Amino acid sequence: MHNPQLNAHGELQHLLSLDGLPREILTAILDTAEPFTEVAEREIKKLPILRGKSIFNLFFENSTRTRTTFEIAAKRLSADVINLNVATSSTNKGETLLDTVDNLCAMQADMFVVRHASSGAPYLIAEHLHNTRRHDIHVINAGDGRHAHPTQGLLDMYTIRHYKQDFTGLVVAIVGDVLHSRVARSQIAALTTLGVPEVRVIGPKTLMPTDLNKLGVRVFHDMREGLRDVDVVMMLRLQNERMSGPLLPSGQEFFKVWGLTPEKLAVARPDAIVMHPGPMNRGVEIDSAVADGTQAVILPQVTFGIAVRMAVMSMLGSN
Amino acid sequence: MPQLPDADTLFAALIEQMAPHVNDDTALVGIYTGGAWLAERLHEALGIRHPLGTIDVSFYRDDYAAKGLHPQLRRSDIPFDMEGRSVILVDDVLFTGRTTRAALNELFDYGRPARVDLAVLVDRGERQLPIAARFCGHTLATPLGGKQNLQLEKADNGSLSLRLIDA
Repeated sequence: MHNPQLNAHGELQHLLSLDGLPREILTAILDTAEPFTEVAEREIKKLPILRGKSIFNLFFENSTRTRTTFEIAAKRLSADVINLNVATSSTNKGETLLDTVDNLCAMQADMFVVRHASSGAPYLIAEHLHNTRRHDIHVINAGDGRHAHPTQGLLDMYTIRHYKQDFTGLVVAIVGDVLHSRVARSQIAALTTLGVPEVRVIGPKTLMPTDLNKLGVRVFHDMREGLRDVDVVMMLRLQNERMSGPLLPSGQEFFKVWGLTPEKLAVARPDAIVMHPGPMNRGVEIDSAVADGTQAVILPQVTFGIAVRMAVMSMLGSN
Repeated sequence: MPQLPDADTLFAALIEQMAPHVNDDTALVGIYTGGAWLAERLHEALGIRHPLGTIDVSFYRDDYAAKGLHPQLRRSDIPFDMEGRSVILVDDVLFTGRTTRAALNELFDYGRPARVDLAVLVDRGERQLPIAARFCGHTLATPLGGKQNLQLEKADNGSLSLRLIDA
């Protein structure tokens, strides 16, 4: 079957989802990111790899942070970055997604970084490029609907590997609003592929997808039970803006049961790390004492995210 | 196949050339992989004061677009202040000069060195860029041609030797 993410040589052509990517490719991305972390310490934080390439940030949904980290990554690789806030431009005039893409290809685009509220939009673009034989143009999914956010998943894996070295002995818990989270889906796919023996998902029944068991995870509806002896706690953001209908009473109520406090964290392993994809809702899913505590690795995640995005872009640029 | 010189003999020759030019301002930077091994030994033998630097020039190569990234990238490490330093760049074999060009570009992203010299164990000639080594253990008399790679190898006991490999 044609895997839209890989080219004829089995190399990464587009990064759309971590689901369906072999372990070798995930590991290659993490390995490639390693030397990129050092670039941030140089006087001149720039490598010439993507000199002369045009990268279009195509954000159909607002996201300052993700767009910024992609922009920094592309600029550190010397690419020209063009930011299109599509939410306020041509689409409002009636242009279709693929017409927008064709126009940007006519402007010699080399890579698209796509954020879209609809699951599958980056796939649609990748398929379109494939069907029109533009094999030298690459797509990176920067988050599509509830489906996937692969670079977030990869930077999370990089962070875990950085602190825990090896995936094969770990117990990892993902906590919170899994139902609305594309981050959680990417995390589960990557953790499973990289050989984490036990992935737990913790959250209220109303915020759990019904198909979770198929993904090979253990489901918990009690924080203290689910966090017992875990090595890694991955918090999710409570997606207020994605919440439709009365799934939850209030932020304070959520915090009381599902917020990560020092007391709840105490049942995890003493050397457990706490991660969060940001932006954090303090006092909703995470207590400030934990967010600012010694076990939190939330800011290193942001720094690693730039190196991981540099790795993905440089690999795509050479395939 | 030509007789390859003994790496230890060339190493001794290199030390002899370099020693009079080494002072408190000198820093060594080895290019992965062979150059880094060589630089490690030179660093010790010459008693260099600044800690040893190592670079992987993959990100600066001019054939990146055609060949892509090497799968085993190393982290470059410059543990001294580049500004005003007298740097000796170390590589095992000097050939087309393209690796040296990439290394020079990378060095300057860490700051402005006072000067940069090049030390190599073997110069195999056939340059494609205007680059020359100030310190050189041996120059091959006849060109090997593009079909063979000459490289330094490190045995389990740490001893270095030169080897020819079909490209």
